[in-house]
Amino acid sequence: MLERAHVLICSGSNCVSRGAKTLRDEFEEHLDRLDIRSEIKLVNTGCVGLCEQGPFVIVYPEGVFYAQIKPKHIKEICEEHLYKGRIVEKLVFNDALTETKEVLALDEVRFYKKQYKIAMRNCGFINPDDIEEYIAKDGYRGLGKALLDMTPKEVIDEMTESGLRGRGGGGFPTGVKWGFAYNNDSDQKYVICNADEGDPGAFMDRAILEGDPHSILEGLMIAGYAIGASKGYIYVRIEYPTAIEKLKNAIKQAKELGLIGNNIFGTDFSFDIEIRLGAGAFVCGEETALIASIEGERGMSRNKPPFPAAKGLWGKPTIINNVETLANIPAIMFNGAEWFGRVGTDKNKGTKVFSLGGNIVNAGLVEVPLGTTLRDVIYDIGGGIPNNKALKAVQTGGPSGGAIPEHLLDIPIEYETLIDAGSMMGSGGMVVIDEDSCMVDICRFYLDFTVDESCGKCTPCREGTKKMLEMLNIISSGHGTLETIDQLETLAKMVKSSSLCGLGQAAPNPILSMLDHFRDEFEAHVVDKTCPGGVCKALINFFITDKCIGCTKCAQNCPVDCISGTIKQLHTIDQSACIKCGACQNVCPVDAIITT
Amino acid sequence: MKSLDDLKKIRDNAQKKVTMRGKNDGIRVLVGMATCGISAGARPVMNRFVEIVDKQDLENVTITPVGCIGECAIEPIVEVLIDDKRTTYCKVDVDGVDRIIKEHIIGGKVVDDYVIGKYRI
Ligand SMILES: Cc1cc2nc3c(=O)[nH]c(=O)nc-3n(C[C@H](O)[C@H](O)[C@H](O)COP(=O)(O)O)c2cc1C
Repeated sequence: MLERAHVLICSGSNCVSRGAKTLRDEFEEHLDRLDIRSEIKLVNTGCVGLCEQGPFVIVYPEGVFYAQIKPKHIKEICEEHLYKGRIVEKLVFNDALTETKEVLALDEVRFYKKQYKIAMRNCGFINPDDIEEYIAKDGYRGLGKALLDMTPKEVIDEMTESGLRGRGGGGFPTGVKWGFAYNNDSDQKYVICNADEGDPGAFMDRAILEGDPHSILEGLMIAGYAIGASKGYIYVRIEYPTAIEKLKNAIKQAKELGLIGNNIFGTDFSFDIEIRLGAGAFVCGEETALIASIEGERGMSRNKPPFPAAKGLWGKPTIINNVETLANIPAIMFNGAEWFGRVGTDKNKGTKVFSLGGNIVNAGLVEVPLGTTLRDVIYDIGGGIPNNKALKAVQTGGPSGGAIPEHLLDIPIEYETLIDAGSMMGSGGMVVIDEDSCMVDICRFYLDFTVDESCGKCTPCREGTKKMLEMLNIISSGHGTLETIDQLETLAKMVKSSSLCGLGQAAPNPILSMLDHFRDEFEAHVVDKTCPGGVCKALINFFITDKCIGCTKCAQNCPVDCISGTIKQLHTIDQSACIKCGACQNVCPVDAIITT
Repeated sequence: MKSLDDLKKIRDNAQKKVTMRGKNDGIRVLVGMATCGISAGARPVMNRFVEIVDKQDLENVTITPVGCIGECAIEPIVEVLIDDKRTTYCKVDVDGVDRIIKEHIIGGKVVDDYVIGKYRI
């Protein structure tokens, strides 16, 4: 006879010690009594983990998870659940209950549960200053496998098959890129690690460099072997002193062990790595500008083609890979392409690290399988928005990306879906924007950045970013018209299509995506002369409501003395003198001061 | 590095450093010392651990600086590994170090006030 239900009884040693053994006897007894024994299959299983909560009983097909089950509970489970089909709520394992229970280790907290670590596999677990700890975690075995068991072509094929795509922003398949450089014959080739990390608010590359520097060295060497290069550079900004220190130490230790040097693993592959310090310019993250900077030139980009894979550093074929891309490579080489392909989605394999910031409870770094939804990242891992505020949008891709509005949060994180939503993956910045933010103001922030960082070589970017910022300032000050918005959009499209390099081509993206999704907010600034987010100073006014208790705090703290009123009386603000600094609002103990 | 066997030898010898096997392998304290940790005050925390462990001659305790685990908002983070049990402490200050050593490392009882469950569910 076919059983209609399966009952799994955890019989790991932890649960048995807590009394799981007698549970089975109890089940037998009660099921017999109810005469349903033949319909139910009893299975003793191994440990399901979470032993704190055991013994466990799991009932299928529903998959109901009963925790901390004692023999006395079985009668009820049999009579209610198995006989009448009513789940015994009070015995069900409730994740929320853990709030009152002790949650001790990181991997038990929700922040961690939906994460999957490949690039950051060693960060926080090994001593980055000790090469032996990296080796203990199978470090340099991927390189060994590549050098001893595989031809360069096979290494490239393995990378291509793994589906790894560049994590620096473009998402170009790494193996394919290596293939280009492999096919370009030359007496000398180079590999470069791009550790410039210029996107404001992004710091995942820094975390990897500081926490697991050897994975970068190993990744770089595998890349070098694959394309036929004997020299690698790491281009890192001088603003990352700890990362530089760790890298230097890692290179020194790897040289001492002969992992960098001549005839590595007794093969005829030799490799050397040097660090090059950048001054911290956003444009120097762009590969042609980066190459110019290493060559000692001013950091300015040039036209492509020729691509660096054909003509790069000192005119030789060169591969540039991002830090996070490289950190994935040793793991892929060691575990194989097929292993890597098990994580992520069809066209987006593996994981991506994001710097989660802005209006979010758990700010920090998260590494999730590609294909995870934005909502999962923000609410399950990120813990949602502080102060019960509503989410307005998520900004991905930093100054080159766009904002994704709340109604699109359920899209899976993939290179293509983010572009379809008007943004992009970028290098991994993820800024959560709540309802109290102003989109015009956020655009101003990013444009302010790109105006500073434009290298000035091409006119659309040099002049265009400046003009766009001016227009945003006009809108923000309330002096704009609907025509200003149209002009802004036209200019943004022009700069996007006519700039020389990725910096200028992407600089208008924040504006274009915000205009696309939040045009009404721009229009409110020019038509109603209001700022819905309550941010743009020229368009807001501070008022004291009759909640005021007359404590005089606001008047005492006003820097321009424009608040009048006597003790225990309602105070008022002289609007003509107010500079809208918000100091009064910050000190008011009863939230009586509002903005309109 | 002449061969893969050389690498394996180092690997096998170093295994002990990263895993805790058996009771006698001691206690491992990991202090997050990436930029985020340092700026949140991990240096005095690390120094305090070294100081007390040295002063009290706690021979079976090793202190290791590690990188960032991503929980940058609640640094300094300290993890204590005893046997296969792992405890994550956050927002650890110098007083916290004293308590972790006294109550947890010596006393065997987790210091609830600093465990990650207080800050994250
Ligand atoms: C303005 C600009 C800035 C960039 N900054 C970075 C950066 O900081 N780090 C990075 O890895 N890639 C950056 N890139 C992308 C690089 O040009 C290049 O595509 C990348 O390093 C390739 O590595 P990947 O294939 O491993 O992603 C930037 C591109 C542009 C246009």
